Amino acid sequence: MIVELGHFCVVIACLLAFLQVVLPSIGLKQNSLQLMASASSLAYGVFVFTLLGFLALIYAFLMDDFSVAYVASHSNTRLPLQFKVSALWSAHEGSFLLWTLVMSIWTMMVARFSAPLTTDMRARVLICLAALGFGFYLFLLLTSNPFERALPFFPAEGADLNPLLQDFGLIVHPPLLYMGYVGLSVPFAFAIASLWGNTLDVSWARWSRPWTNLAWAFLTMGITLGSWWAYYELGWGGWWFWDAVENASFVPWLIATALIHSLAATEKRGVFKSWTVLLAIFGFSFSLLGAFLVRSGVLTSVHAFAVDPERGAAILMFLVPVIGGSLLLYSARAWDLRSRVSFKRSGRESFILGNNVLLTVSAAVVLLGTLYPLGYEALTGGDKISIGPPYFNAVFVPLMLVLMALMILSHRSRWWATERSLLTAGQGVFSVIAGVAAIGLSVAMGPIKLWIVGVAWLAMMIVLNLGYELYRRVRLKSNPVRRLLSQPLAVYAMVLGHAGIAVTALGIVTTVMMSEEADLYMAPGDRAELGAFDVRFYGTKNVEGPNYVADRGRVEVLREGEVIATLYPEKRRYLASQSIMTEADIHVRSLGDIYVALGEPLENGAWAVRVHIKPLVRFIWFGGVLIALGGVLSIFDRRYRVPMLRSSKQGTLAPSVEAAHG
Amino acid sequence: MAKQSVLIPVFVFAGIIVLLWFGFQLSDPHLLPSQKLNDPVPDFELPNLMQADQTLTAVDLTGEVSLLNVWATWCPSCIAEHGELTRIFETTGLRIIGVNYNDDSKAARAWLKRWGDPYAFHIVDESGTLAIDLGVYGAPETFVVDADGVIRYRHVGVVTQKVFEETLTPLIQNLKDAS
Amino acid sequence: MSGRWVLAVALLWCLSAPGLAAIEAQAFPDETVKARYYDLIATLRCPQCLNTNLAGSDAMIAQNLRATVLRLLIEGKSDAEVERFMFERYGDFILYEPRWTAKTWLLWLGPLGLALIGLSVWWSMSASSRKTRHGLSESDRASLKRLIDR
Repeated sequence: MIVELGHFCVVIACLLAFLQVVLPSIGLKQNSLQLMASASSLAYGVFVFTLLGFLALIYAFLMDDFSVAYVASHSNTRLPLQFKVSALWSAHEGSFLLWTLVMSIWTMMVARFSAPLTTDMRARVLICLAALGFGFYLFLLLTSNPFERALPFFPAEGADLNPLLQDFGLIVHPPLLYMGYVGLSVPFAFAIASLWGNTLDVSWARWSRPWTNLAWAFLTMGITLGSWWAYYELGWGGWWFWDAVENASFVPWLIATALIHSLAATEKRGVFKSWTVLLAIFGFSFSLLGAFLVRSGVLTSVHAFAVDPERGAAILMFLVPVIGGSLLLYSARAWDLRSRVSFKRSGRESFILGNNVLLTVSAAVVLLGTLYPLGYEALTGGDKISIGPPYFNAVFVPLMLVLMALMILSHRSRWWATERSLLTAGQGVFSVIAGVAAIGLSVAMGPIKLWIVGVAWLAMMIVLNLGYELYRRVRLKSNPVRRLLSQPLAVYAMVLGHAGIAVTALGIVTTVMMSEEADLYMAPGDRAELGAFDVRFYGTKNVEGPNYVADRGRVEVLREGEVIATLYPEKRRYLASQSIMTEADIHVRSLGDIYVALGEPLENGAWAVRVHIKPLVRFIWFGGVLIALGGVLSIFDRRYRVPMLRSSKQGTLAPSVEAAHG
Repeated sequence: MAKQSVLIPVFVFAGIIVLLWFGFQLSDPHLLPSQKLNDPVPDFELPNLMQADQTLTAVDLTGEVSLLNVWATWCPSCIAEHGELTRIFETTGLRIIGVNYNDDSKAARAWLKRWGDPYAFHIVDESGTLAIDLGVYGAPETFVVDADGVIRYRHVGVVTQKVFEETLTPLIQNLKDAS
Repeated sequence: MSGRWVLAVALLWCLSAPGLAAIEAQAFPDETVKARYYDLIATLRCPQCLNTNLAGSDAMIAQNLRATVLRLLIEGKSDAEVERFMFERYGDFILYEPRWTAKTWLLWLGPLGLALIGLSVWWSMSASSRKTRHGLSESDRASLKRLIDR
């Protein structure tokens, strides 16, 4: 009954979303403020009913209601509680319900924090969001209903959640990633609404920025967590494989990264207007395209959902009007948006343009490599080609190196033009410091590698230039500390984000160049040497988990004869599915990970044991977290906070508050 | 910059959609085209499953049109396929040659005892070398080999009655007519 | 593998397909062979899996192919010969690094072309007319003022 009610709630949410498109549209036509304003109240309604539907499905999971087909195929009575909840979004139907919930959350947030917008602009933004939402609900209800019952013959026991997914990663990764994917619909809606209402002025950029930054921060966090999850869960020590599904999240990230920069230039200087609008459209379009491709199965991926090719048609029917329509609208209006503004090659606009060019080209290159196999197969009549890490690394890495080099100088740049002396001051000294530090790092890691020296030099230069920029901002002030603290949060957001890039780059290059791996034959008591470490294996014993049994190995890691860690990698057999899982154990050190996984049992209690040494691998995700934090921090900058806060007090305290902020 | 340049994004998108449209029409991403079509069966020297002292070579595959079926006891769909292979042999008398792939010969003989043996003979490919030379990537896989020992077709997955009658039979008939 | 293809197992973007990381203790004659072996199994694709390299799969065929790679290396074959061997049997699909052919030149030159287009866009835009010092148009200024004054 609860499940049917949940289904019904989602149907209501769908209808409300429809009303949220229709009523304010009529309002716009008839110039009725009341009808226009209905968009915000309806946004709350949509959210509440989606949430109820979502809770109903959680309830079905918690109650082990295996008459619901989706629950039966993704849960089990023995599944631990937290995984029963996260199992909800472990496959296509449920995760799409999560998608619609996230959509309703963003729409509600926009309704909540956009009061200072003019009523018609606000209505247009909400109409765009509601129209997207309506499409999602239709797709959910018509092609992917998670509430469907398998009556009258339903199983007494569920098939269980794929053991790979029985992990903390599943709990946090999809919600964050979806917050990012779907969050990009907000700048998209702002862009479309402005094109539609012909109100594309600078305030549009100002309004889009915090939303874009927040969505982008979520996307960053989602990708970072996904990479980390893959690393510790899959047992091969990899953290990125240029898989189609990874690329599907990376392309929107690259575009959104370009967008947050071009939005800054548009807001501050009025440049790149039409380009920024285009990026806002493309950012969300690619997040849609990517997220839907994953579900259509058209791209071969290790992460693919179980798919139904007939869903493909429904997906295209959704994508073509949404993206095609937006781009046509854009092409109708964009010509008038040309900015008559200029800047010099040394100006900050020029650096931001360079950033945008590089990021867009990178996104296009990743897209090319991801879609090329499709075109190849279509044109050759069935031949298959694989495009993997060797290709992507070869074409992507050079672009990123140029981007990092550009980033070094960008911190010194000023709007319109930058004096040469400002760009070059102190760079000689910095170069030497960065060079020494880079060589030092490489030597500390082992035999010297040019790649590490080069990338570390770029990373150090970025950090030094960031520091210099902060120093320059306070050096002539009477109270530097106070002055430092009173810098706008946006400055710190930028510092965090850029420093994060440096940290991630350092982690990537070191891990790639210096990792060591060995698959060892180890009998109990055996020792092996790997890099600076000794590894000693003490055999395995049987342990029982809530829904699995496992062989748990004991491995001691020694350095110079001292035991520095004891690790317990497991080989698990999950009872419901009888699938075997490798659960690696990782010793985390500041300078790198020691990663141990059990392979196959061999004769006489011996095992194949895989040991990885992964220097600085944590830097990759730590940098990602810094970048995301930068994004979050930026939205608390006073310039955005003031209008937002104002909206929360709208109507009541308006005059005095407005005076205070005026 | 020409005014038409604002249409570039529309064209880019249209291109992607056309590509995806093709993508949706494509067949199973699991099916790899065989690299060995119209090549002779690669050379091998491997024992006969039922007579371990007899060495089989590519020459043993010539003489008449045959099905070369890669199977193993660890492959559950091979059991599903076995009934159809038996039916094919009983109704058409087509020569079916087994490649016992990555398997334990003793278990394989027991398996054949249990399910019956419609095969002319089995090549023991314990370490999978012949299978790799054939470009096999799973079991079951079935090759149509003509009388000269040249590979003419590969089917990946279970040979069902439908596959046999609609795809393999006309092909085999053509090959028989040609020789 | 029926007519309607149902893609495997898993979800989202963090899941490996049927096989998990393959861990087996191989005996290498020397460190060079070991390094070359790991490089090769990282850049050769498991033909049966969805999208994993030979190193990352436990599928039967991946195990066989890994053993074959090692055997060929021990026999003294060069990396290119090993790749050739695999290509002859499994086609372009098995090579994660696409070969340079008449059908892949666009793949390899495309990025270069895009980069050049990007460079020229940057060059022409940042050099173009330098008439106005201030970026904001009158209407922009007005709306910004409205926003601030509200």
